[in-house]
Amino acid sequence: MIKLLRLWHYLTRYVDGLLLSGILLLMLTGLVTLYSATDANLARVTNQATNMLVALGIMWLVANIPLQHIMRIALPIYATGLLLLLGVMLFGEINNGARRWLNIGITRIQPSELMKIAVPLMLAWYFDKHEATLRLRDYIVAALLLLLPVIMILRQPDLGTALLIAASGFYVLFLTGLSWRIIATLFVAGAGSLPLLWSMMHDYQRRRVMTLLDPTQDALGAGYHTIQSTIAIGSGGVLGKGWQHGTQTHLDFLPEKSTDFIFAVFSEEFGLIGNSLLLLLYLAVIARGMVIAANASTQFTRLIAGSITLTFFTYIFVNMGMVIGILPVVGVPLPLISYGGTSMVTMLLGFGILMSIQTHPKLVKT
Amino acid sequence: MNRTVELRNHLRELHNFRLRLVISAGFVLVLLLLLFSRFYYLQVIQREHYHTLAEANRISIAPIVPNRGLIFDRNGEVLAHNYSAYTLEIVPSKVDNLETLINELSTVIDIAPRDRKRFKKLMEESKRFESLPIRTRLSDVEVARFAANRYRFPGVEIKARLFRQYPKGESASHVVGYIGRINDKDLEQLEVNGDLSNYRGSQSMGKIGIEQSYETELHGITGFEEMETDAAGRVIRVISRTPPVSGNNLMLSLDAKLQEVAEKAFGDRRGALVAIEPSSGDILAFVSKPGFDPNLFVDGIDSENWDLLNNSIDRPLNNRALRGMYPPGSTFKPFMALAGLELKKRWPQQAINDSGYFSLPGSTHRFRDWKAGGHGIVDLHKSLVVSCDTYYYGLANDLGIDNIFSFTSQFGLGKKTGIDIEGEVAGLLPSQEWKMKRHKQKWYAGDTISVGIGQGYNLATPLQLAFATAILAGNGTAYRPHLVKKVLDNNNEVLREIVTQPLYTLNLNAANLATVRNALIDVTRAGGTAAVAGAGAAYTFAGKTGTSQVVGMKQGEKYVENKIQERHRDHALFVAYAPAETPKIALSVLVENGGHGGSTAAPIARLVMDYFLLGKLPEESAAKAVDQSGDEEEETPAELHTHD
Repeated sequence: MIKLLRLWHYLTRYVDGLLLSGILLLMLTGLVTLYSATDANLARVTNQATNMLVALGIMWLVANIPLQHIMRIALPIYATGLLLLLGVMLFGEINNGARRWLNIGITRIQPSELMKIAVPLMLAWYFDKHEATLRLRDYIVAALLLLLPVIMILRQPDLGTALLIAASGFYVLFLTGLSWRIIATLFVAGAGSLPLLWSMMHDYQRRRVMTLLDPTQDALGAGYHTIQSTIAIGSGGVLGKGWQHGTQTHLDFLPEKSTDFIFAVFSEEFGLIGNSLLLLLYLAVIARGMVIAANASTQFTRLIAGSITLTFFTYIFVNMGMVIGILPVVGVPLPLISYGGTSMVTMLLGFGILMSIQTHPKLVKT
Repeated sequence: MNRTVELRNHLRELHNFRLRLVISAGFVLVLLLLLFSRFYYLQVIQREHYHTLAEANRISIAPIVPNRGLIFDRNGEVLAHNYSAYTLEIVPSKVDNLETLINELSTVIDIAPRDRKRFKKLMEESKRFESLPIRTRLSDVEVARFAANRYRFPGVEIKARLFRQYPKGESASHVVGYIGRINDKDLEQLEVNGDLSNYRGSQSMGKIGIEQSYETELHGITGFEEMETDAAGRVIRVISRTPPVSGNNLMLSLDAKLQEVAEKAFGDRRGALVAIEPSSGDILAFVSKPGFDPNLFVDGIDSENWDLLNNSIDRPLNNRALRGMYPPGSTFKPFMALAGLELKKRWPQQAINDSGYFSLPGSTHRFRDWKAGGHGIVDLHKSLVVSCDTYYYGLANDLGIDNIFSFTSQFGLGKKTGIDIEGEVAGLLPSQEWKMKRHKQKWYAGDTISVGIGQGYNLATPLQLAFATAILAGNGTAYRPHLVKKVLDNNNEVLREIVTQPLYTLNLNAANLATVRNALIDVTRAGGTAAVAGAGAAYTFAGKTGTSQVVGMKQGEKYVENKIQERHRDHALFVAYAPAETPKIALSVLVENGGHGGSTAAPIARLVMDYFLLGKLPEESAAKAVDQSGDEEEETPAELHTHD
């Protein structure tokens, strides 16, 4: 018995208990919601549980790797990712109208998913290397390192992923202390280029933006998703309609209800109270991530931890914002809850890195 | 010293980082609050509103697909229509294990390996939440058998759908085209055009031919049905119904009987034929041989048939009449002759002494006539009747490429005719400008010589040749060639006509026209290159033969048909119109690797004209006569290609 306990301690010595509890609670919420969203389809739920176990295994593995090792492979990972993205552009498989997958013989991979980790790693590595002497030139190089993969992914086209990668890279820049002047300039330039962007957009892209402003304009087309999900959430009220009793969900009005729009299912059935608890749970995980970042010992680990945590938050905000109709519809899953294995693995890989940062002996750099 | 600086740097860095982290934490909190306030707004303040909406959401809207418009020929014969049939459909997103499900289904209903393959292909092409057919055209027995077992197969449904059918099969397949399943690319296009909501519920759309280019006319407007459902989502009653508006019917200018006669006349040969009514631009026949069965495409073609069509050496999917580019050969000469007269480089009686070749001044290179030793004294009339090359070498040189280009392009050569199906190519009428752009080379006098007999860089589609001939037959009046004559509503009342006005009329001298046209009549009489085909015609028949080279010959080498592989033999061409005085039909015929225009292409034209003008169906014996060779046959001059 004691031996077993010791083995358990040995195996979990690099696992952060607090972070893990939050993750497990969120996963549980995910499975419960998925059961309802798929109309009690146990096979789906089991499948998702398997995805979660695999992802947890990967998280454990990563947590056991000291960060110095991860730092060493930042550049190779980034370079590989770029090459694979180039491969996708040239020989990628087209699925649902977008070119995102690359067939490498044994299996199909989605290199943009790899970049979600590789980009912040690369940027953190770069800034760690140049930490003593940060100049404008460094920021320009960093911006290029960030924009290159983002543009390649935008062209696939995969707006959601491009957005998240851009955000994860921006967080690294922001945390290194990118001057407010530059941030303000970027912001103003961005706002100023909006009219130009509008004039360059296709008609159907404009229509998507207009749909966000007034979903009823295209009630049978693109606005349908948003209209139905807001009805689901609003009609849930404070207490919710109860597990498996959401009418929007079970009468098939909600589109993509087990993947990108699963939050509408949750919200309809568990109401404002459920929503608040879910937000608190997410907030707890984010807070833990920030504490880990604040205590990290090197610039590299700090930046990585900060970026991973903030990106996690971005997933939550973009997904919920789209479901409640304040952001346009882009394909971003609700982390740890939406059905799907790929994003689950990426997410937990990030958490594995956070755990490794927290639990490995801190080397103070002299 | 150094160390303290670095240490300080580290401390400042850490301080900096933590400051930024706190700022982002604040940012996170603000945004979470924003989310919360939106939840509060939706779930507390607006709760009643959304509650009512959710209750009302017992009402669902289902699209009703309109009937696709029918396609008739000019006499009302049906070329495309719809019939209703049951299909067995699966919604893949509602099914866990497709493989098992299909295996189980096959115990109830026959599912062939071909159906599975097609289903797999459909899966790859479509979005997940769509309903996809695993079997089409179920028999009543099969429908009943499935209905009894339905409870075992959630996510599988029987649906009544309209199917497209092309009763003529291969005939006119390149004209009518076909419909096929809407794929992602189509969806994108529909979204760009803003038609997406009109295609909710539609499964297929036109992919090629008339079905494609008149898609908006044929499709119709989708209707909607509002239905009340119970808590389990079953339909209780229909609340309202906005009926769909069926697509418009199309009446083609094509004559289906004439089309069949023309197709039969080709036998097993590859080629193309386009027949136009000169006084309207109506296309009477539009043949590209071989054809294909468009019915194969309607509910998704399986890979075996697709490979068969796509990889065939005969390329049946290639629309030769619309997209095939061939050197016009001697069929170019009537236009050259007219140019010579109009631009006053020749007068009708002006004759040359043809000794069998032409050389540019100061050059020893011989452009040889197809007839060794030449034709002797040749005036304009004779030059067309015997198809003398030497005459046109000289004329081309006197006209110059600029004149040739600007005059013959008035007959639609080198540009799209504007026919009402998509995919037309422009052919190639060479010019100095073109050669500089394409080959980065200046134009040589020698280039002009071969252009004069329709060779060299010259390329035209059978459609263009027919169009040019129709303009000539109409004394210079051009109508846009069109396959659809009228758009009709569902009760076959005429909504509009496609072409009513001429495009333009060329200002041509009547005497010059008469000179050329008289010569073309004599081409089909004794002594002309199409004498065999013209023999015994009950109407005056004007035409011009042509031969276009497939492979190059060395200078001095002789073209011997028997010694050359079938696929390397010359293409046979013939353009014609009749009756010559008041033409009712103008056409072009191309027979790939057919050898001589007079012996292979012209007899096909004769059969088509006989049917169109006299209502005479070709007899067996007439078809055989096609193979017999004429007395004197022109050939491609051997060394044409050697100077380019």
